[in-house]
Amino acid sequence: MTEIPEHLLKRAQAARDKAAGGDAGGAAGGDRIPGDLLDRTKAASDGAAAVVATAPVGGGVPVGAGPGGHTQRLLTVVKSGSIQEAKAAPVDKVHTWPHLLAVEFVAALACTAFLFVFSWVVNAPLLQAADFNKTPNPSKAPWYFLGLQELLTMFHPMIAGVTLPGMGLVALILAPYLDRNASNKPEDRKFMTSMMTMFLMFWAVLTIIGSFFRGPGFNFTFPWRDGIFFEL
Amino acid sequence: MAKVLDNPRPTAKERLAKIGEQMQGSQAWNSIFRPGSIFRKGYTDSPRNRSYVIMNSVLYHLHPVKVKRHAVKVSYTLCLGGLSFFLFILLTVTGIFLMFFYRPTGANAWEDIQMLQTSVTFGLLVRNMHRWGAHLMVLSVFLHMARVFYHGAYKPPREFNWVIGVILLTLTLLLSFTGYLLPWDQLALWAVTVGTNMMGYSPLVGNQVRFVLLGGVEIGSETLLRWYVLHVIMFPFIIIIFMAIHFWRVRKDGGISGPL
Ligand code: HEM
Repeated sequence: MTEIPEHLLKRAQAARDKAAGGDAGGAAGGDRIPGDLLDRTKAASDGAAAVVATAPVGGGVPVGAGPGGHTQRLLTVVKSGSIQEAKAAPVDKVHTWPHLLAVEFVAALACTAFLFVFSWVVNAPLLQAADFNKTPNPSKAPWYFLGLQELLTMFHPMIAGVTLPGMGLVALILAPYLDRNASNKPEDRKFMTSMMTMFLMFWAVLTIIGSFFRGPGFNFTFPWRDGIFFEL
Repeated sequence: MAKVLDNPRPTAKERLAKIGEQMQGSQAWNSIFRPGSIFRKGYTDSPRNRSYVIMNSVLYHLHPVKVKRHAVKVSYTLCLGGLSFFLFILLTVTGIFLMFFYRPTGANAWEDIQMLQTSVTFGLLVRNMHRWGAHLMVLSVFLHMARVFYHGAYKPPREFNWVIGVILLTLTLLLSFTGYLLPWDQLALWAVTVGTNMMGYSPLVGNQVRFVLLGGVEIGSETLLRWYVLHVIMFPFIIIIFMAIHFWRVRKDGGISGPL
């Protein structure tokens, strides 16, 4: 049996007493506004005198300052949805702790474990020291740029290196503003999802060709015939 | 025997409890933990305490007290955004370790990495973690973007957070690319040569931008210093700012999107 600390018991008792007192007032009012709120409203409507009375005397605190000496107050009616996109209807929610934090913790742990084991087994490459006079053949960009390098073999550098990637980036930024369809149901978005899938496939295929199917001179090879020319 | 019973000394457990009490009552303790913190009042599982765990700790900067039930399903986000962030933290930690052993000059860089791998305790392991972690982060940011797209999570009111996301993707690639040069081996030198040559094709300012980034017409020791500064300070600084805006917007836009 766990023991409840004494100060908590005391606090609970005090709260219960207060609630009992407040209930009487609430019942009289015939509604469900808690007693302490009603009290506060009454105190406020007693006029400015009450406010001044609560302000600490002297000490350079301006007349009308709040109980903590605050000189600013937020008094505004916040309509739901005006600051925060909140649904007016109640949403089915769970506590962040423990539900979300536990998931995050496990994910972080699994990620660390994976990275740790992988790094234990596989070493990062470190080739010969940089030498300006020895150009390796082939010379390849990091893998995430190999799609671009692959484009360079097909188009003028101006188009492959600037126009196409630039257009891709702009299209990506503008996607939310161009897609006027408000639904997020997959069955309503067949056009957009197929566009994106094609876009991603296009890049994936280019990157794979650039990574594994390009050998000396960036010429086409088959990895199973000539080996892999790829470093991470 | 009887003597001992007459004058019972407090057991170790009692003494510990007393010390604990004194500590929790001290001014230092109360200055560290805010009123309502679970470290002040202890934690017993109750809805109120579950709220306090978030509300009265620094976690409140990242998470609201409650989230939509479907948002905690791993099958919705696949944890990809969170893992991108976590990988960034891992990369910061391992990166700081690497900085202790690395000098960004043409004469030292490669040998420092060599030394790190052969004579520093855990040097090779930490370098591996930094390198594979970086590739993994690029991958997870890509996948996060794809999952956001396929859920239509960029639709109003989240359009702008998607734009922030594209900036984050660009910054992630820049971080990875600037780090790629630092080992100063043949792989680094020539991969970056190929990459920066592409940049020279941009119209109007392409060559000027390239000149500023390389600190010259060709890659050299100046490039190494510049990219080092970009990699360890400037891009991390910028990406943290954009991540802060990104996370803030996730909350202000009404939490995570969905359910589908
Ligand atoms: C450094 C890179 C990034 C980090 C650390 C990051 C982090 C996060 C996190 C933690 C979330 C919460 C939900 C989740 O985990 O999926 C999120 C949501 C989101 N992210 Fe990212 N993100 C990054 C990059 C991107 C990119 C590249 C895009 C798109 C181009 C993007 C667009 C979004 C959008 C629109 C949401 C809201 C999703 C929803 O409500 O379902 N983010 N991000």
